Amino acid sequence: MSVAVAIDRVEKRFASLRALAGVSLQIAEGEFFGLLGPNGAGKTTLISCLAGLVRPDAGALSVMGHDVVTDYREARRRLGVVPQELVFDPFFSVRETLRIQSGYFGIRKNDDWIDEILANLDLTSKAEVNMRRLSGGMKRRVLVAQALVHKPPVIVLDEPTAGVDVELRQGLWQFVRRLNQDGHTVILTTHYLEEAEALCGRIAMLKQGHVVALDTTRNLLAGVAGQTLQLRLAGSQPLPPALGARATESDGNWIFHLAGLDEIEPLLAALREGNCVIDDLRLTQSDLEDVFLGVMQNSGSAHEDGR
Amino acid sequence: MSRGFVTLLYKEVLRFWKVSFQTVGAPVLTALLYLMIFSHVLESHVQVHGVPYGAFLIPGLVIMSALQNAFANSSSSLIQSKVTGSLVFVLLPPISYVEFFLAYVVAAMLRGLMVGVGILAVTLWFAPLTFVAPLWILLFITLGGGIMGTLGMIAGIWADKFDQLAGFQNFLIMPLTMLSGVFYSIHSLPEFWQLVSRFNPVFYMIDGFRFGFFGVSDVAPEISLTVVMASFLAVSAATLVLLRSGYKLRS
Repeated sequence: MSVAVAIDRVEKRFASLRALAGVSLQIAEGEFFGLLGPNGAGKTTLISCLAGLVRPDAGALSVMGHDVVTDYREARRRLGVVPQELVFDPFFSVRETLRIQSGYFGIRKNDDWIDEILANLDLTSKAEVNMRRLSGGMKRRVLVAQALVHKPPVIVLDEPTAGVDVELRQGLWQFVRRLNQDGHTVILTTHYLEEAEALCGRIAMLKQGHVVALDTTRNLLAGVAGQTLQLRLAGSQPLPPALGARATESDGNWIFHLAGLDEIEPLLAALREGNCVIDDLRLTQSDLEDVFLGVMQNSGSAHEDGR
Repeated sequence: MSRGFVTLLYKEVLRFWKVSFQTVGAPVLTALLYLMIFSHVLESHVQVHGVPYGAFLIPGLVIMSALQNAFANSSSSLIQSKVTGSLVFVLLPPISYVEFFLAYVVAAMLRGLMVGVGILAVTLWFAPLTFVAPLWILLFITLGGGIMGTLGMIAGIWADKFDQLAGFQNFLIMPLTMLSGVFYSIHSLPEFWQLVSRFNPVFYMIDGFRFGFFGVSDVAPEISLTVVMASFLAVSAATLVLLRSGYKLRS
């Protein structure tokens, strides 16, 4: 597998804020890669460095082997970016917008491909409509179309589903997944953890400009216990001492992290022995959210140097 | 020149052409109003360089409007796409900063030319105009539009808000273009203001442009051309340095 995107010790400072504190990542061709992190973690700054919108203070980035600074023309030809903000040029129709964007990338007579993208994004009927007249969801899809006019092998989606309704989100993911299956490398930043879990093969988590976790989605999920058991006892009884040490309390609920379902039986037996009456009991599968919260808490103050 | 440059230029021209009623039609009407009012009042009393006032005024109005509109074109396009965020569509593609510069400046020149031609077309029958040296006419309006288009780029890149740009336009560009001999020959000014006018590059654009029509001017057209070319080179160099550094565009 060759490298689609190489990010090497990239640093960026905005006044006193250290947005990126030496980020290194390698993303292979054909990967579906997730970039997660709380607001202000540096996700968008990192993507902007890759796209040439922000100039890094130190380090280097390349797209398909082309440095984004010294060889920017070749790098940008291979990169399609869907920006986070819902931006559009109010002077033009959808088709004009896409033709102009094609021209910027040096492509004439791109209408066959434009028609194909429009069909895939369910925009065919809006092709001649002015951008101003489109709904937010449609504008979002035009942004995706604009990022694809030059058939880039690497596609970056910066929170593409923020504020997008469920139906459109599903349709968008179907399309992006198909692009990925066709061999495109996809990089996704998102706040919806279940989205990253469902789509991404590998995930990097950013916090305060540092990569705090980097692994396959499967390994990250395996790193947290299999299930979480949540129970409430009737009459606010205390837990039997044998169990108290294993549980954490939150809002009158006791929370147990289980490595497997076979731990449930001994737990219930201990409760019976202590004459505890269960009021409510819930069992949930651990998901990326648990991983995320765990990583964000554990990496706490280790990287406070940037402030 | 790359396809990217050609497309950006095309897009910039299309942008103002789609609203040409406002970007070309309106300045033509404004110039026509100036001409009707001033020539009505002054035609029978005033001659400048031996030319009837109405005829004297037309070339001045043509280039003043061309200059103002060239400035308006690049500056408003840039501030609009900065404020709305759509500038990102131009920053993501493989377009060099030189191509970026040329596309905006040439589009501004073309808007200036179109406004100028429009004004000439509607004012021609008001006064007897001569075209003694058409090449000079074309040269001064093109270079003048280039200078103002470039200044418009600087203003558009620098301004973060529309009112900052309006300030630049109303307090710098307007007085600079209005007080540069559009309505008078600077020889009619007190000596001090004559001297001040000679430090205003816009004066040379207008004076040289008018020479192309009548063959007479306040200063020799070669001097005007030298000043205008030097000004163009200077503002272009400054803008290219700005663009190269990524100032306010690529942080």
